[in-house]
Amino acid sequence: MTSVPFSSGEVDPYRHGPRAEPYRGPDAPGHGGGGAAPKRVVVAYGFWIFLLSDIVLFSCLFASYAVLVNATADGPSGHDIFSRGSVAIETACLLASSFTCGTASLAMEARSKLWFYVAMAVTCLLGLGFLFLEANEFIGLVSQDYGPGRSAFLTAFFSLVGCHGLHVSVGILWLLTMMAQVFAKGFRPDIERRVFCFALFWHTLDIIWVAIFSLVYLMGVVS
Amino acid sequence: MFGKLTWAAIPLDQPLPMITSAIVAFTIIGVFVWIVWKGHLPYIYREWLTSVDHKRIGVMYTLLALVMLLRGFADAIMMRAQQAVAFHSNGYLPPEHFDQVFSAHGTIMIFFVAMPFVIGLMNLVVPLQLGIRDVAFPTLNSVGFWLTATGALLVNISLGIGEFARTGWLPYPPLSELTYSPGVGVDYYLWALQISGVGTLTAGINLVTTVLKMRAPGMTYLRMPMFCWTTLASNLLIVAAFPVLTATLAMLLLDRYLGFHFFTNEAGGNVMMFMNLIWAWGHPEVYILILPAFGIFSEVVATYSRKPLFGYRSMVIATMAICVLSFMVWLHHFFTMGAGADVNAVFGIASMIIAVPTGVKIFNWLFTMYGGRIQFSTPMLWSLAFMASFVIGGMTGVVLAVPPADFILHNSLFLVAHFHNVIITGVLFGAFAGYTYWFPKAFGFRLHEGLGKAAFWCWVVGFYVAFMPLYVLGFLGMTRRMQHYDVAEWHPWLIVAAVGTVIILAGIVFQAIQLIYSIRHRDELRDTTGDPWDGRTLEWATASPPPVFNFAFTPHVDSVDAFWEMKKQAREGVHPEERPYEAIEMPHNSPTGFVCAFFATVMGFALIWHIWWMVVAGAIGAYATFVVFAWRDHDGYWIPAEEVERIDRPHREQTAQLETVGQPS
Repeated sequence: MTSVPFSSGEVDPYRHGPRAEPYRGPDAPGHGGGGAAPKRVVVAYGFWIFLLSDIVLFSCLFASYAVLVNATADGPSGHDIFSRGSVAIETACLLASSFTCGTASLAMEARSKLWFYVAMAVTCLLGLGFLFLEANEFIGLVSQDYGPGRSAFLTAFFSLVGCHGLHVSVGILWLLTMMAQVFAKGFRPDIERRVFCFALFWHTLDIIWVAIFSLVYLMGVVS
Repeated sequence: MFGKLTWAAIPLDQPLPMITSAIVAFTIIGVFVWIVWKGHLPYIYREWLTSVDHKRIGVMYTLLALVMLLRGFADAIMMRAQQAVAFHSNGYLPPEHFDQVFSAHGTIMIFFVAMPFVIGLMNLVVPLQLGIRDVAFPTLNSVGFWLTATGALLVNISLGIGEFARTGWLPYPPLSELTYSPGVGVDYYLWALQISGVGTLTAGINLVTTVLKMRAPGMTYLRMPMFCWTTLASNLLIVAAFPVLTATLAMLLLDRYLGFHFFTNEAGGNVMMFMNLIWAWGHPEVYILILPAFGIFSEVVATYSRKPLFGYRSMVIATMAICVLSFMVWLHHFFTMGAGADVNAVFGIASMIIAVPTGVKIFNWLFTMYGGRIQFSTPMLWSLAFMASFVIGGMTGVVLAVPPADFILHNSLFLVAHFHNVIITGVLFGAFAGYTYWFPKAFGFRLHEGLGKAAFWCWVVGFYVAFMPLYVLGFLGMTRRMQHYDVAEWHPWLIVAAVGTVIILAGIVFQAIQLIYSIRHRDELRDTTGDPWDGRTLEWATASPPPVFNFAFTPHVDSVDAFWEMKKQAREGVHPEERPYEAIEMPHNSPTGFVCAFFATVMGFALIWHIWWMVVAGAIGAYATFVVFAWRDHDGYWIPAEEVERIDRPHREQTAQLETVGQPS
């Protein structure tokens, strides 16, 4: 990994890694008095702020789940409907897809289009696998008449898990768009920034899934 | 084919909404025809609709706010007129119409007047104060504005097609659930706010990133102008609070559209969760509005007192303290829900604590004026009226924060008087002060002072006459939102309040005349220096109106009040060294925001009326717009150094000349 110059020719002062030169303090760009930060930093920073706001959105759904988890209205509870096996495979799919997504970022940094496409395609397939299993679970529940209209508990469950699923679907659409962009435009600095933001998005969905897995499925099965 | 939409949706039997929507439609069509006829369409499209320039977007936000202020005020005067005559009678507004009017009034005033007004001023001023060329994400900025406009449009469409919500400005379930509100009114409310809420969130992300990552060299945090600090605090609150609104309204939408049970009475739904969630957004929201106003007052008071802001650091601490505390008091909006004495006590005390940093701010402004050479210009008058009136609103707020008192005053006109007291004298007076103060920066000419002062006095007197009676009515036991009543002792106070509204109307008329007069006499009111008020911060260092690139040379900042320091040094004969002009890269204009908002409008309308194919078409259109934008090959264009010099040279020579002569004092 060498220092990658940016569109303007400068070296990213925030580059991480063992050989990154220490470049902080009050005179660094974007820090205190150093003037505006380079574009890559600004874009990633703004996207982080967006992700934080997205996490706030999920926290509302988590909160409503916590409030409504016992409001089963004589319907099933989590213990009755959660299948450990399918959720374990879903989790494995998503965690593995985060690894392949990271691989895609490395391939981009190494300027290897082939490995980039392979890694992104595998990420996409794992994401689709996850969605397939989730859709399967949802259809199964609805066909047993345990849809979101059955009880407030199921309402909160479908909304929280479904909102995550919706995010994964949007992520897949974004992933495919980025593959097409790299195909059409190559690894341009602006495309690199977008792939970087996509990767942040995908990893964030993983973190949220870990919370869903623990708070919804594990606690549901245990209690 | 068209879902729930039939000809019956148009209220042909009700003259009032039909006449109003006809006037609105004819005005819009008339303006459009005039623009096309005069050949202005290419200019409007090129320079405004597709503009990604933060100054233009700021102006458009403010214009949207002013237009919607007229609509919101029309609702207000209708309500006051109804209550003035509805003693022992039904008045002229039937209940279902009166309910729509007060719901629309609140919704419009908060979301489409106060919000775009403060966001517009932040957009216009903050990049200039930070000494930079634009916000962090210029095209996203345009998208945000147009999505806000979409929300405003949907609310106004409800006037002529269908109906608006009858549930108040916050749609409390179970009333807002499908069982009790089967019409499209609540859906109009929900989709309008979901779409404009996305716009607000993007504005928040944009401005936070801009303030934290894009300041001029040398501008450390403690050298930022106060308005930038309050902008940062306000936009941090937007980023943290608006997702809560989105989530809450989404839950209500799921209840209404797909039979979910978040807030229903059946199947374990929990109504109280709605109150908690909506106010977890709603309380920070009032600080999102008031903090930028505090910033404006800080700038105005310092400028017209010719003194640096007193206690700058304590002001920063107070701002950030309010930012944090605003998330810890939401429960005081429903003490009567029955959370228990301990919980109520905690939130009551937390609410009172917020008065402390606010009090610090008031004292800072007073001490800034102390010993200053005060100039009683219009923005300064708004600031003085704010300080006197806001203290009253703050104190009635502390009364409401005492749970036992709140149990008596809850939902009464005392509450209505309180929040109008803080929002009108705080947010709106602040926005008017900022509008007058920065108008010459945006357009290159000042607003007429005399007419501004006339508008000011009408507003202040009108405010007191209209809202002080409501405090009294609250103590007399009158609850809010009453379509008619039969208590004789309320009647005179309501007539007085209606008279107050008429005085405020005179203020608005003066403001309209002021704007038209100032445009027609702009040559006499021209600001040729770029610094008409002898300002202290960087926005006054550039020409009025600023060139598209704001600053030919990125300024270097050595202290708070950077421009004041520069002027002082120039008077002492220290001049910055002459640098050669350089080419500047600026972002391209883009129709992305406008096109995206078009599809959002289509989608929102289709969702309201259950026209599913149109929803799909709108979604595909919006996605396609983004892909087209993402496929662009050139981010920006270069303005050559000669062009930069041609634009900037006159202003530079002007200021050099003034510096040798010295500023008029």
